[in-house]
Amino acid sequence: MDFIFRNKRISGILTVLPGRTVTFEEEMGNYSFSAAKSMKLKLAMGYKEHRIARPGQCSSDFCIHGLQYLFDNGLLDKDSIDALLFVSQSPDYYMPPTSNIIQGHFNMKHDMVCLDINQGCAGFEIGLIQAFMMLEQPAVNKVVLLNADVLSPKVSDRDRNSKPLIGDAASVTVIEKSDDSSVIHANVRMDGTGAFALNIPAGGFRLPSSPETAVMEEDSAGNFRSKDNLVMQGDNVFNFVQREVPPMIDHLLEQAGISKDDVDWYMFHQPNKFMLHKLADKLGVPYGKMPANIVENFGNASGVTVPTNISYNLGDSVVEGTRLVCMAGFGVGLTWSSILMELGNMNFNQIIEF
Amino acid sequence: MEQKIIKILTELRPEFDFTQPGINLIEEGMLDSFDIVNLVSELDSTFGISIDGVDILPENFATVDAIKSLIVKNGAKE
Repeated sequence: MDFIFRNKRISGILTVLPGRTVTFEEEMGNYSFSAAKSMKLKLAMGYKEHRIARPGQCSSDFCIHGLQYLFDNGLLDKDSIDALLFVSQSPDYYMPPTSNIIQGHFNMKHDMVCLDINQGCAGFEIGLIQAFMMLEQPAVNKVVLLNADVLSPKVSDRDRNSKPLIGDAASVTVIEKSDDSSVIHANVRMDGTGAFALNIPAGGFRLPSSPETAVMEEDSAGNFRSKDNLVMQGDNVFNFVQREVPPMIDHLLEQAGISKDDVDWYMFHQPNKFMLHKLADKLGVPYGKMPANIVENFGNASGVTVPTNISYNLGDSVVEGTRLVCMAGFGVGLTWSSILMELGNMNFNQIIEF
Repeated sequence: MEQKIIKILTELRPEFDFTQPGINLIEEGMLDSFDIVNLVSELDSTFGISIDGVDILPENFATVDAIKSLIVKNGAKE
């Protein structure tokens, strides 16, 4: 499904990372690999270190810390927020919605919308599209998109498929109406037949957590995990991404009537360096235009990787100037989505720690 | 080309003999998905190619002949 939006802009991105860093070397003894093989994998996949929340820290804690920072520094007016979108797979509770908890924490106005969206790797693009649609309404002038995931507690320490790459993080993105008439092109694709390519089998209503679901089991590749842990069918996810993402990007650029060379940056979701380099090769995009350094420095925090990528790699260049950016997210759902838009003259674009 | 492929495979998994004819490297557990990642990286740099991501499927790494066909398809010169 294709979308076109006008007169909207991202006016700020704040990425909030845990202050705690864990290195690949600290964890590789947990995996059933030789040290030599682990080090080769480290190079190919780009594993170095990742940010992991401290026990007890939840997604909302990172969002609240980020919002408080923006309020305290005069970068965002609490009363100007007309909608609070919280995109995550790790809400604080089944009920109430985490967005309402955050709204209540700050005692925000009642004349606003709070909405939780269960999305992961494409959560930034899904959240932006939702924000753009809300901004079509006369009553909505400013939307705050919160992407947050603290999934590390759900990943087995002995799962070499997922543990080396997982990261925890949150981002606060401010989207508002603008006089700028430049066109934003976007698209979304979904395939629920692949819904279990990434999943956590137990802990929901279908299979509640119990002593039985906590039993660790070994898979054919030597990973140990329980039904309470995240499972990633890495091969299937890799093939899905390589098959579906390049034609989606080609279609997006065709709709916009521009060439690949016209795009300044390809800010993609960050599963691992190997997968991103294969995507860049397939698309014919130089590695220098498609950063692949988020997993090695911070880990993969689902829908937070694209804002982290923008904050870390573009920094002040989109505060002081303007860049044409192609964003893409792909993963759980299965969901894949992309957006082409100008990022520029932002009020802030930075990373803080919590 | 076969010798280069066998050399790369042996460096990845020195505990196995990759010169055995007809053996299925996947079914026999001689290559897992992470070996394939490392193997693709080595093949790309050795032969100056980039194996298409959609071709990175277990069946294309099941035998030395399959690997040879894969890299030729992706531009490696015999």
